[in-house]
Amino acid sequence: MTENNTTDQLDYHKQKKKEEMKQQVITFVLMIVFTIIAFAMVQSDLDALFVIPIILVLAAIQVGFQLYYFMHMSHKGHELPALMFYGGVFTAFLCIIALAVLVWW
Amino acid sequence: MSDHDILNPKEMPHDPEKATLEGKNKFIGFWFFLGGETVLFASLFGTYLALRNSTNNGPSSEDLFGLGLVFIMTMLLLTSSLTSVYAMYHMKNNDFKKMQVWLGITVALGLAFLGCEIYEFYHYIHGYEFTFRSSAFGSAFYTLVGFHGGHVVFGLLWFIALMIRNAKRGLNLYNAPKYYIASLYWHFIDVVWVFIFTVVYLMGVL
Amino acid sequence: MSTMVANQKGFGAKIWDYLTTVDHKKIAILYLVAGGFFFLIGGLEALAIRWQLVEPMNDFVSSGFYNELITMHGTTMIFLAAMPLIFAFMNAVVPLQIGARDVAFPFLNSLGFWLFLFGGIMLNVGWFTGGAADAGWTAYAPLSTTSPGEGVDYYVLGLQISGAGTLIGGINFLVTIVNMRAPGMTYMRMPLFTWTAFVASALILFAFPALTVGLFLMMFDRLFDSGFFDPSMGGNSVIWQHLFWIFGHPEVYILVLPAFGIFSEIFSTFSKKRLFGYTAMVFATVLIAFFGFMVWAHHMFTVGLGPAANSIFAVATMAIAVPTGIKIFNWLFTLWGGSITINTPMLWGLGFIPTFTVGGFTGVMLAAAAADFQYHDTYFVVAHFHYVIVGGVVFGLIAGTHYWWPKMFGKVLNDKLGKVTFWLFFTGFHLTFFIQHFLGLMGMPRRYWVYLEDQGLNLGNMISTIGALLMGVGTIVLLYNIVVTSIKGEKVSGDPWDGRTLEWAIPSPPPHYNFKQTPLVRGLDPLWVEKSEGRKGITPAEPLDDIHMPNGSILPFIMSLGLFIAGFGFIYQKYDLSWLIVLFIGMGITLGAMLTRSLKDDLGHHIHKEDLEKEEAGE
Repeated sequence: MTENNTTDQLDYHKQKKKEEMKQQVITFVLMIVFTIIAFAMVQSDLDALFVIPIILVLAAIQVGFQLYYFMHMSHKGHELPALMFYGGVFTAFLCIIALAVLVWW
Repeated sequence: MSDHDILNPKEMPHDPEKATLEGKNKFIGFWFFLGGETVLFASLFGTYLALRNSTNNGPSSEDLFGLGLVFIMTMLLLTSSLTSVYAMYHMKNNDFKKMQVWLGITVALGLAFLGCEIYEFYHYIHGYEFTFRSSAFGSAFYTLVGFHGGHVVFGLLWFIALMIRNAKRGLNLYNAPKYYIASLYWHFIDVVWVFIFTVVYLMGVL
Repeated sequence: MSTMVANQKGFGAKIWDYLTTVDHKKIAILYLVAGGFFFLIGGLEALAIRWQLVEPMNDFVSSGFYNELITMHGTTMIFLAAMPLIFAFMNAVVPLQIGARDVAFPFLNSLGFWLFLFGGIMLNVGWFTGGAADAGWTAYAPLSTTSPGEGVDYYVLGLQISGAGTLIGGINFLVTIVNMRAPGMTYMRMPLFTWTAFVASALILFAFPALTVGLFLMMFDRLFDSGFFDPSMGGNSVIWQHLFWIFGHPEVYILVLPAFGIFSEIFSTFSKKRLFGYTAMVFATVLIAFFGFMVWAHHMFTVGLGPAANSIFAVATMAIAVPTGIKIFNWLFTLWGGSITINTPMLWGLGFIPTFTVGGFTGVMLAAAAADFQYHDTYFVVAHFHYVIVGGVVFGLIAGTHYWWPKMFGKVLNDKLGKVTFWLFFTGFHLTFFIQHFLGLMGMPRRYWVYLEDQGLNLGNMISTIGALLMGVGTIVLLYNIVVTSIKGEKVSGDPWDGRTLEWAIPSPPPHYNFKQTPLVRGLDPLWVEKSEGRKGITPAEPLDDIHMPNGSILPFIMSLGLFIAGFGFIYQKYDLSWLIVLFIGMGITLGAMLTRSLKDDLGHHIHKEDLEKEEAGE
């Protein structure tokens, strides 16, 4: 009975991991597509002011994919890692604003 | 849990990287470290953004950057990120051999990326006489991209050391956390690269 | 038992024990000794500065040497005295307060200390090689990038090495507090010192990387001819200022928050009351940390950021007064109606409240951007930051020394001598710095080597120097107290203050595994909870069992030594490229030690249940 149970559980976990792997491959394909879109937009004759925000958003989405799918931040037990990582992102944002905007003011 | 159980577990748990207290500490600590690394790279990005037009009459980003090579480098690094995900998938299934193979592929892709980067720098230095000392833009460019390249080198050495050290004994609860955080580090390198190719190269040719 | 073994060992074995230790209590002692040593050096530099300014047109030191003195005084006091002393108490107390047997990363803990120590030595090597750093502790470019000699190079590399140690220490304490708390020790039951250590560590994690980058850019500019801060190559020196203060302002809170924590423990213990408004105190701590990141440009009001940026940063700065005010009132309400014991730690606490409040007021004055154009770079600023850093941090550290000395060494520091120290230091402090507010308002600029006769600055400077001497005498009394107590002092029990938190539930000094059985925490001030229910000790959370402890290692020392050696290679390759060999040897040592650490399994050891039982029976 118990043996049966553990094998069931093993199968369940294996199945879950497989499904997750599938999601990760889909994520990867999306990342490749986003990258190609970004490169193509830059190669096209579109206005820079139009392209830059879009490629930045594409980059941010890609990074989100990396964090939540590849680095498993969507899993349980990642509350504190997420808190500290976003703390870093907040400080990073301040640094970039300061150096990119304030320096030549 | 005794030392023997850690080195020779009877049965691998589903999350071997977090099965011991040491593993949990490493997992949390390494994520925190990545939070700090985010600030480190942000400071470098900020410096680069402040100085990207300070070419001092030397070559500018439009003169230098060729998107073909950058596209290849991006694909190499993105793919290596996926292969290290595969490695971790096999780690969780306790399939040590497959994990080592996928990590081997990851290392190979990383080395190819590094080769491209070295070629790129060589090309700039000898083709355009664009160096670290040419202008503030040159200093900022080589520092930002070079810090990322340094992280790639360190990540590769880390993977290789782990693979050689554990080649004979296989997976256990002592080295599983090490593999796991090394792969986290590798993903983070890719995260930084996504912003480098967007902010430095793509915005540089616009 | 462990202390007995240590006593029987020879001197060499004892040194080896400390070189290889990963025990947080021994690392605390190392931090205390090294930080105390640098505190004395910084103090001597301060006395030399004050002696130079005792009269107009004095020639006690040369102008160049004076620049080195002010630079090294600031750098030493912030990075090599205050930071390590705070780490000393975090190491000594935090694991005990949360009921842990060690920190999360004992090996990294030791690495953090040795990196700090070698970095600190590196900074001071400049004195012996033709001049220490002389560009101010803020090392603004282009003053720092054009400073001749190697002084600023030692500053850059010394801070880089010790900064890496601090970052490692910060991450270690974050993870320790997250993962190693005893059963029942929820976040909102953690003593306030642990909370402030946690928040300060988070600040370290986010602030130090900005300094790391700033120092790298400075190093590249000075040693490898890059052009980050060089306008002739298109660079911009304001980048350094931003990076330095993005780090530098949070650094102030990294220092002062743990001091707030120390005072919170002291007020609560010696008023025999639980801390008033505990939740508000925690909230205020987090809020101060959050605001601390958004105010750095108030150090740069006169750079020319424009009225819009200045206004934003002025308002954000003034906002910090709100959570700080919450803290001040909560301390007063903790005292209110308490059964107060006035001993040395409490005296420092009572001196701290008004002193720090004055520093806070002048802080709000300086935050008004328009007024700051008048105050900027005058002695008013010097007075302000000494009121917060000395009145907050140093008072806190000395209070903590007296409060936790019995826990660390098993003996109580002499209370009479402690009170003498307090009154000398406290009087001396206010004599030194209160008058400086007025010197500043009269127009005396900071960092000047001499001042002229007949400008009304003579008396004020004379008073200030007398005050500094009194502080020096106070420090000597403290040292005397430490020596006398170590020789003659009587051993005390584990709980000399009738304490409230977990560290007082175990013997002093604690055994190296801290808690024989992991304690069960049943409320805020867990020891007090047990006492009020008539129990003597703390309730254990587990039966007596084998204890797992980490192994000592010499590798942290070797890694730090390698970086220290490499530092010389980095500096002197600017004259002669053959010094690159030194650089490679140093980095080789460090990387080799890292590889050794990676390849060799280190699973720690166990203390067996039988030995623990034997020990108990032997007592």
